[in-house]
Amino acid sequence: MSKLEIRGLHVNVEETEILKGVDLTVSSGETHAIMGPNGSGKSTLAYSIAGHPKYTITSGQVLLDGENVLEMAVDQRARAGLFLAMQYPVEVPGVSVSNFLRTAATAVRGEAPKLRTWVREVNAAMSVLEMDKSFAERNVNEGFSGGEKKRHEILQMALLQPKIAILDETDSGLDVDALRVVSEGVNRVRETGIGTLLITHYTRILRYIKPDFVHVFFDGRIVESGGAELADELEANGYARYGVNEPADTEAVTAGA
Amino acid sequence: MTATSTDPQVHPPAAGAHSHGGPVTKTGSPAERFTSRNPDDFAVPSGREEDWRFTPMRKLRSILRPYQSEGTEEVSLSGPQGARWSIVGRDHPRFGSVLRPADRVSALAFANVSDILFVEIDAEAQLSEPVNVTVAGKPGLNYGHVVVEAKPYSKATVVFDHTGNTTDTANVEFLLGDGAQLSVVTVQDWDSEAIHVSTHTALVGRDAQFDHVSVTLGGAIVRLSPTVRFAGPGGSAQLYGLSFAGAGQHFESRLYVDHAMPDCSSNVVYKSALDADSARTVWIGDVRIRPEATGTSTYELNRNLLLTEGARADSVPNLEIETGEITGAGHASATGRFDDLQLFYLQSRGIPEDEARRLVVRGFFADVLNHIKVAALHDRLMAAIDARLGGQPSDDAADSAADETGTA
Repeated sequence: MSKLEIRGLHVNVEETEILKGVDLTVSSGETHAIMGPNGSGKSTLAYSIAGHPKYTITSGQVLLDGENVLEMAVDQRARAGLFLAMQYPVEVPGVSVSNFLRTAATAVRGEAPKLRTWVREVNAAMSVLEMDKSFAERNVNEGFSGGEKKRHEILQMALLQPKIAILDETDSGLDVDALRVVSEGVNRVRETGIGTLLITHYTRILRYIKPDFVHVFFDGRIVESGGAELADELEANGYARYGVNEPADTEAVTAGA
Repeated sequence: MTATSTDPQVHPPAAGAHSHGGPVTKTGSPAERFTSRNPDDFAVPSGREEDWRFTPMRKLRSILRPYQSEGTEEVSLSGPQGARWSIVGRDHPRFGSVLRPADRVSALAFANVSDILFVEIDAEAQLSEPVNVTVAGKPGLNYGHVVVEAKPYSKATVVFDHTGNTTDTANVEFLLGDGAQLSVVTVQDWDSEAIHVSTHTALVGRDAQFDHVSVTLGGAIVRLSPTVRFAGPGGSAQLYGLSFAGAGQHFESRLYVDHAMPDCSSNVVYKSALDADSARTVWIGDVRIRPEATGTSTYELNRNLLLTEGARADSVPNLEIETGEITGAGHASATGRFDDLQLFYLQSRGIPEDEARRLVVRGFFADVLNHIKVAALHDRLMAAIDARLGGQPSDDAADSAADETGTA
């Protein structure tokens, strides 16, 4: 069993406070959805936990199984069992997906995976995500479509087998087919018993990935928590009750896309 | 058009990039580049001249006046059937058949060299192995001259490999017959005191293909001037360069592609990394498209990666277009520091920072190194770059994994 505890987290970007006291605990086997309107600080939460250099923690704690995550370097956090599927994955020119995946797996597992089983493992994970084999020869995120980037993120999640995964707007930019495939990929990894923190603006991904808990994020903190029924409420009424005129339902997304 | 940049501006693929396609603005007819075989037609440069303003002239004093070649370079050759070589005199008809000296050092070397290495690739020969020209230098002054003639429809790779510590001024001529495919790799892996100033000049025949890859890893001053002209339509020239400059090293590349024939193409990709505050690189990329060079396609790319504070990379692309009837022309230049977002992304997957840096630099150089098709040489250069980055010998298993994943 693993546990990610976020306690009283305050985060600044330059001089501006973005997170204003976040408290949340995610345990193995649980899926938490964080929903909120644009600019509420959802992505800041994700990047702060992963250690993005742009964000300054001003107070609070993040603990993974009691260990202080905030004192760890970015790569140590990943080796400790945290994974962030990014909304905007970064291009790394000249570095092949294959080389990148194996280097990452070697770092996280502490030893180079045996070549024969590794190739099988990668091929199996790629076929779940309906990715062509040739994908492994391309450069990391270079020229990837939006859908390819998200598949690639979830492919890494499957291969690195984190204890706790944070998915930052993994649904954004995906058409219905891609959303289904990516969600199935996520569900396969969830079935292994990891804890999942799913960050999203819209409810549509929650049709495929069923959350145990839903938290509404607004103005840098969690303002309401509940079960899956809270997502239904947001789907019907959007974020109006928090004073924001933004819909959260699928139809609005499709119409506005 | 001048871009001298040391700004922290990493890898924006389009930064400083623009293309000239469709409606083209002619830039007028610039002055003809001055060339002469008489060294005295070039004044002794002081360092204020446009051609020399980036170069540390104090260290070059010994080569700005005629000297007696001291013969401290050992040159050895190997090559497969279809290639022949010999030492010839100045009276050989191919000597000077391509070269038009454009600076004093080149003209001095041309005027004073006595032994010329002449390499011939037989017509229609398809060489199974590269021709290797290794130059092992010892302290002393040397003039060098090589002529490589790739006869019509031949296909060959010629590798120049420079090691040791010497002073070398040289001219290398490449004469490509119609339909010839000549691939040249020149490696400057000198010891830290070496001085190497050399012009590589190619005349590309009809439908011929000239590939030139320059890799500079060692030496105090390495200044190479690759130039290309076309002898007939349909030719192509691909010029790639990689420099990795460390403490006290000055690596300079001055390219000139002169398009005076229709339907030719040229592509230039030069990349430098600098890992000491006293490291300097210079890239000058001149391309001229003359009125008769209709249907020309050309692109130049220069990228410089500053790995430490204080390092300086100068980059000056220059495109002169004298006809509107071209297929495309453009250039891009950018100099920047490590991209923190790339490091963050790699580290967020558990990859330690130093290894993430190695991956980024290897990736930065990959599109140049991948043009070196001689596997042993490619691997040796990659290992040398890894060693410079503090890495262990690379694990080729990852690359094999790519192949297996791709074909399984």
